[in-house]
Amino acid sequence: MSFYLTDAEWAAIQLSLQVASLAIAIALPPAVLLGYALARWKFPGYTLVNALVHLPIVLPPVVTGYVLLVLFGRQGMLGSFFADVFGIVFAFRWTGAALAAGIMAFPLIIRPVKLSFELSDGQLEEAAHSLGTSRLKTFLLITLPLALPGILSGAILGFAKAMGEFGATITFVSNIPGETRTLSLALYTEMQSLSGDAGAIRLTVIAVVVSIGALVFSEVISRRLSRKLGGQHD
Amino acid sequence: MIEVDVASRLGDFSLSAKFAVNSGITAIFGKSGAGKSSLIRMIAGLSAPDSGRIALGERVVFDRAASINMPIQQRGVGMVFQDSRLFPHMNVERNLLYSQWAAGRKSAVSLGEIAELLGIAHLLKRRPHGLSGGEKQRVAIGRALLSNPQLLVLDEPLASLDASRKAEILPYLLKLKNEFGIPMLYVSHSLGEIEQLADTLVLLDAGNVVAHGPIAQMLSNLELPQLASGPDAGSLLFATLNHYDEQWQITEFGLEGQTLQLPGQLGNVGQDVRVRIKAKDVALACKAPDEASIRNVLSVVIEGITETSGPYAEVDCRVGEQHLRARLTRHSVHELQLAAGQQVFALIKSVALDQ
Repeated sequence: MSFYLTDAEWAAIQLSLQVASLAIAIALPPAVLLGYALARWKFPGYTLVNALVHLPIVLPPVVTGYVLLVLFGRQGMLGSFFADVFGIVFAFRWTGAALAAGIMAFPLIIRPVKLSFELSDGQLEEAAHSLGTSRLKTFLLITLPLALPGILSGAILGFAKAMGEFGATITFVSNIPGETRTLSLALYTEMQSLSGDAGAIRLTVIAVVVSIGALVFSEVISRRLSRKLGGQHD
Repeated sequence: MIEVDVASRLGDFSLSAKFAVNSGITAIFGKSGAGKSSLIRMIAGLSAPDSGRIALGERVVFDRAASINMPIQQRGVGMVFQDSRLFPHMNVERNLLYSQWAAGRKSAVSLGEIAELLGIAHLLKRRPHGLSGGEKQRVAIGRALLSNPQLLVLDEPLASLDASRKAEILPYLLKLKNEFGIPMLYVSHSLGEIEQLADTLVLLDAGNVVAHGPIAQMLSNLELPQLASGPDAGSLLFATLNHYDEQWQITEFGLEGQTLQLPGQLGNVGQDVRVRIKAKDVALACKAPDEASIRNVLSVVIEGITETSGPYAEVDCRVGEQHLRARLTRHSVHELQLAAGQQVFALIKSVALDQ
């Protein structure tokens, strides 16, 4: 058995990195805003929004993928809107894989983000307001930097999840080599072929390494940052 | 001049406050839960009352009827909170100058002056989490001062500190008062702090302003049991340091043309001081004692005698324009046949100097 990756496997890994990067870029800003809202505000429909955010964890991934297909397919309501207005097509494209991965990773991103906003209860913001900074400026100068450990750790966990997403991706954008065949889909494909054991094992090792690496990295980053930010916990 | 006339309901708690005070230090005093914090949050603009009006000097910052509710950023109120609330991700210097680099405010005083005044110049490059409670609080005071406030609001700034840290901060607050003359609202449930600092006192109880007025007058008002009862209750008198006797190491203070003596060298000639005299430390005599170790004897006139339900009577005496309280037993009052209008001698066992 060869330890070296084939070109197709390399392509799958590269595609996974690309998909996961876009997925985080799509998911992080709304996760930060929504995490802030859920941590600091009580509003009508709070429970519903909170449930919706966490839905991708409990929903069968194939259902999420199917809903995406219905909404973002070429004939779908949102799909045709994005295609007509922005010229962005999701169906059977790597961008669609990123969308699916971003949605699947969303709950993992938002959890640490929300937690870090919950750590402080708005008292520092009051002090900042009294010193003259507007709500927006206070958010940018005080709230956001203090939530950075949570945001980064959410982004890293989300990235790892997005890299390995399978069910929603294959349902929504299928398994097209070079376009939507990410690491997990490549592994699945190798498993289906008679001679694919070696490739499957290589990809499995990579998936495990990426996941453990992300978990460790996210832990280290959040610890180091919270120490640097002045130890909110001491 | 701070004018407040507000009413608010917060769940079961209702707050109704109406008072007007001049600049200087105004203490807002009351027990926990009396509504002190709610009141100053409204004045600072951190919350809005249901109805009423608030004016800081010439500026109306809140008027429900006229739909004025100036945001906190524009009220020019420097806040010092009980828990210093320093920004943990910035060093002390960045914290101190926050209002200048982040909000573009200009301050009449420089960072150097403030750091010097508050004794925090050596901390500028440190992060807040390494500072002691007292240091944090001094930085918080400096940060508020450097935001160029028209009014400084201190919400129980010493409550979370232990006794020695409190003693460390109080002199700085006195310096602020003397050197800047910035109006301050000082919230506290500690009468000791207030006696040392405040010019005016607003007494709050269960959400209502019970009374407000000059501090010495409030403290000697027997109709305010919150202030005037308790074992340490007494009088606050304003005196001037007249003379220091090198030979006996005694400092003499002038009080309404009479003299108080305290051991030790206690400041500079001409300095105005506050002295606190506990009612239980004052005895009354009908004749001036000629051979006694008590050196502080003041000639006073009895204004009134209030007999409480217990064994004691509170005697309100006048020294010139100021008031001195004596707590005697009812039995003594009866035996000496004390009555209002009578001229007697107050023998003072102990005097505490505040500044």
